[in-house]
Amino acid sequence: MEKDWQPKILAFLCNWCSYAGADLAGTSRVQYSPNIRVIRVPCSGRINPLFILKALQSGVDGVLVSGCHPGDCHYLSGNYAGRRKSATLKRFLEFLGIEQGRVQFSWVSAAEGGKFSQVVDEVTRDIKRLGPLKKFKKSS
Amino acid sequence: MAMIQKKLREKTKELLAKKEVDLVIGFSDWTLPLRTTPIFIRTPEGAEHLVWNSFCENNLAAYLHKFSRLKVGVVVKGCDARSVVALNLEKRFPNHPPLLIGVVCQRLVDRKKVKKAVKGEILQAVEQGDLLLVKGENFEVSLKRDDFLYPSCQSCTHRTPHQAHILIGDPVEEVSLVETHPEVGEFERKSPEERWDFFEKETSRCLRCYACREACPMCYCGECFVDSSRPKWIEKSLSPSDLAFYHIVRAYHQTGRCSGCGACERACPMDIRLTYLTQKLNQEVKDLYGFETGIQPEAAPPLSTFDPEDQQGFIK
Repeated sequence: MEKDWQPKILAFLCNWCSYAGADLAGTSRVQYSPNIRVIRVPCSGRINPLFILKALQSGVDGVLVSGCHPGDCHYLSGNYAGRRKSATLKRFLEFLGIEQGRVQFSWVSAAEGGKFSQVVDEVTRDIKRLGPLKKFKKSS
Repeated sequence: MAMIQKKLREKTKELLAKKEVDLVIGFSDWTLPLRTTPIFIRTPEGAEHLVWNSFCENNLAAYLHKFSRLKVGVVVKGCDARSVVALNLEKRFPNHPPLLIGVVCQRLVDRKKVKKAVKGEILQAVEQGDLLLVKGENFEVSLKRDDFLYPSCQSCTHRTPHQAHILIGDPVEEVSLVETHPEVGEFERKSPEERWDFFEKETSRCLRCYACREACPMCYCGECFVDSSRPKWIEKSLSPSDLAFYHIVRAYHQTGRCSGCGACERACPMDIRLTYLTQKLNQEVKDLYGFETGIQPEAAPPLSTFDPEDQQGFIK
């Protein structure tokens, strides 16, 4: 592993909670690891497992999916539906041998700027420990 | 088995004569030994071509999508009947739900295992009770049928198609001959590195002929993600990464929908092992949401519903 290697982490943030949470972290000047690239999605239920796989294949080292807490979904039940997809996909990827921790999930509300920075730091730490993703990545 | 075949022909003849159905999909003999071919019967006389034996390996539910305007009768085994129930839950039969002619399955014989067991080309194979008489140019052997079963059939506990409208054969006691999902257990005992290596090694043989997709009754999307060009999810290449991508998503799309019939693996010209993937997903769905495909005709498919109390320990 290169000494100054930094992981690339893709974060899918729901528009109504986690994206606003990230915004709050920013406006509150909370420091967190600069390794995430954010994609704003309407809801955590919008996440198609293909997004996660495509991201891993295209060269990111980890993926974070974050949405509203259960019961807080702007669309009432999007995060509940997303939770089932996340649970089955996560278990399936680990079954196939993709390390635990490459794909992570969190609930972050619009008021939790502090929690957002904490989650990002934890995910970054986990993925730094795992090193660059070698399996599945497409060599170009 | 001969009794079953006789009854199957009689029933089919009756259904077509009374015009209760327009078409019956069943199995017929083919030019090759150890194989059968799907047959589409429209007249009562055609029923004489139906056969029933241990080589009826297709899941005929896969053909139902092509005849949505007709009243169709379809010959189903336990697993196939579960696929039809799952398709019905997905509202695939708005006009005429198919009439299920269920046959109690005696577990199917793996033709590839039989071919490996003998030297030379097999010219004829006949079943006699528990024995399988295999003849070639200069050999003739009788094999024990139960030693040559498909792995998915060995661990099958749904041989009787209880959902069928017409049941041929007597319901059997449902026992697995081996531990349930032995392949999943075997795979899970490996380390993550070994698991990925095994999976990549298996899938790297893939030709992307999509026979596994075509054989599966649950793969009926108008446009499959591999064919979509906008967005282009996957390149048209044979790189190990793209092959793994295809097989991960093909299996994942079966979550809570697969009946475990094993038609995908049998269709594969490269003998890639596929069923352990969907078996694992079936196991997960059963663990997490208590759902088994095609058993409860009213329960919503697990990924199209939710329970606020679902397990969420993995979410930060």
